[in-house]
Amino acid sequence: MESSNTDMPWLDRDNNKPFVEIRGLTKKFGDVTAVDNVDLEIYRGELFCLLGGSGCGKSTLLRMLAGFEFPESGSIIIEGTDMSSVPAYERPTNMMFQSYALFPHMSVEKNIAFGLQQDGMNKSEIADRVHEILKLVELQDFKKRKPQQLSGGQRQRVALARSLVKEPKLLLLDEPLAALDKKLRKQTQFELANIQEQVGVTFIVVTHDQEEAMTLSTRMAVMDAGRFKQIGTPTEIYEFPESRMVADFIGSANFIEGRVKEDGADHVLVETDMGEVYIDHGHAVVSGSKIWVAIRPEKISISKTPPAKAGPNQIQGIVDDIGYLGDTSIYKVLLENGQIVDVTSPNHIRPISRKHAITWEDKVYLNWAPSSAMLLNS
Amino acid sequence: MHGSRSRFLTIMISLGMAFFYIPMILLVIYSFNYSKLVPVWGGWSTRWYKVLFESADVWNAVSLSLKIAFVNATFATILGTLSALAMVRFGRFKGRTLFGGMLVAPLVMPEIITGLSLLVLFISMQQLFGWPSERGFTTITIAHITFSLAYVAVTVQARLTGMGEDLEEAAADLGAKPFKVLTAITLPRLTPALASGWLLAFTLSLDDLVIASFVTGPGANTLPILIFSRIRLGLRPDINALATMIILTVAVCVALAALIMYRQHKRDLLDQQMAKRGDS
Repeated sequence: MESSNTDMPWLDRDNNKPFVEIRGLTKKFGDVTAVDNVDLEIYRGELFCLLGGSGCGKSTLLRMLAGFEFPESGSIIIEGTDMSSVPAYERPTNMMFQSYALFPHMSVEKNIAFGLQQDGMNKSEIADRVHEILKLVELQDFKKRKPQQLSGGQRQRVALARSLVKEPKLLLLDEPLAALDKKLRKQTQFELANIQEQVGVTFIVVTHDQEEAMTLSTRMAVMDAGRFKQIGTPTEIYEFPESRMVADFIGSANFIEGRVKEDGADHVLVETDMGEVYIDHGHAVVSGSKIWVAIRPEKISISKTPPAKAGPNQIQGIVDDIGYLGDTSIYKVLLENGQIVDVTSPNHIRPISRKHAITWEDKVYLNWAPSSAMLLNS
Repeated sequence: MHGSRSRFLTIMISLGMAFFYIPMILLVIYSFNYSKLVPVWGGWSTRWYKVLFESADVWNAVSLSLKIAFVNATFATILGTLSALAMVRFGRFKGRTLFGGMLVAPLVMPEIITGLSLLVLFISMQQLFGWPSERGFTTITIAHITFSLAYVAVTVQARLTGMGEDLEEAAADLGAKPFKVLTAITLPRLTPALASGWLLAFTLSLDDLVIASFVTGPGANTLPILIFSRIRLGLRPDINALATMIILTVAVCVALAALIMYRQHKRDLLDQQMAKRGDS
């Protein structure tokens, strides 16, 4: 039997060789270090997202993979071959540009055929391949059009088709959905993931949109100031962030500073100035040390009735503000120590009276499960 | 209040336009003057057009000017485009700032200096290598290329910078080698800039009097040199006729350009409509 980790090859490094290896890669522009000594391993068939704010180095990293920028030091190895000094036109990678970069003086058909022509493929084979890929992106009826005669969504699909038609070993996508409007973007996210599954090509996607990264990726890397802050599956990144930066960048979180009071084998007790926080799984912490606790807003329950008995993981406050989003509401709860805690709560009961149960200035009690709080060292 | 302001504007624009165009209108009217003396009206006539068309000097000058302008525009476009590509697409090479400065220097160099220095160059070259053996078509063309290429370089450079590198990178990414990228992507995208650069160089050459006067030799009269030498002997009605012909040619060219631009604009609108229907 195959190992149980075929879906997660990164967990079984003895039996799976990485497809793309990045070793000690550094790129400087003048005095600015855009990418700072990063290491990364990506496995065949992954849809890997590089996530980060603008200027974090994610695009530079992608451009180095494509061969548009060359690193100061370090290496890029694709399927065992060092690509660091190979020019873009000889790399087994293709890129989908944020601007799509469609050739405006060529029809859709010719745009897609361009890459195949460079390989000297014969005409009938080119025609077949172009036809196949147009079918995949559902643009058969538009092959004679020029890019400027297409809508944003259609252009995006032409760009995808053009970058896929050469069957690259690795497809690089630079903000592939950023130019689409919100509704189309959501729909296209799933389409993109489906196409990736169908063609089986390894994707590396650069994005600044965390929702996009979470929806698309098998694994993702959060980047900041040219370095990786954390690499993991969307669940790992969201539920087990290793730093405040990651916890804050992906989703939102309430941060509370505290001191480790008890460090047991199966639990940690942290004392904060809004009460004790009990965490029922072990963390490597030093008793008495200062530490940050983070709690996601949706992990906190909000109620107007006081808890039956006092204990840890319970706080109280006053509703300072409410953001009503329809499906959920965001409550900003003011604690006695002056801190504001965000709580999101699904509106699963339809308020017949047209008034919500919890409103401004209400006294509310918050609590969370012992597993919900996250400990952050930095 | 508003009415009076718009009347003010109307008057100002009329005065401005009158200042531009009345001289030309007068020129056209006087070209149909029968009288041999320009300021004396002698009745309508096409007499001077006949004189003009029968004058071999004028036709030689027109043909020389057009030949020089054509060769100049072509070479200036090639060289100017290459320099612009070097400036915009070759990153930071050694001496780039100096190269960029020297490339545009002819734009601000007084024509007298350009003409004089080129004349000195041609004379010393003749003494050293015996070439150019005589001054005329070749020397004027070379002189025109030296300053026209600066104009082409600036035009193409602006377009290249505006275009961005995405398309060229995309082509390289799809496997096109650098020369293929140039011919398949960069040059087709540059067509409008190349066309306007070529036309600019063509016009500058047709128009140039100062530099051509310096580097020309016996018997090689370009149209501006011919007109100027004749005008020195006093206003002449056949020159008015020639000027009228030039105005007519320019007007036809401008009208054609406007028509082409209008067509392009209509096509763009149609494309946009097509694109809009796509998302629904």
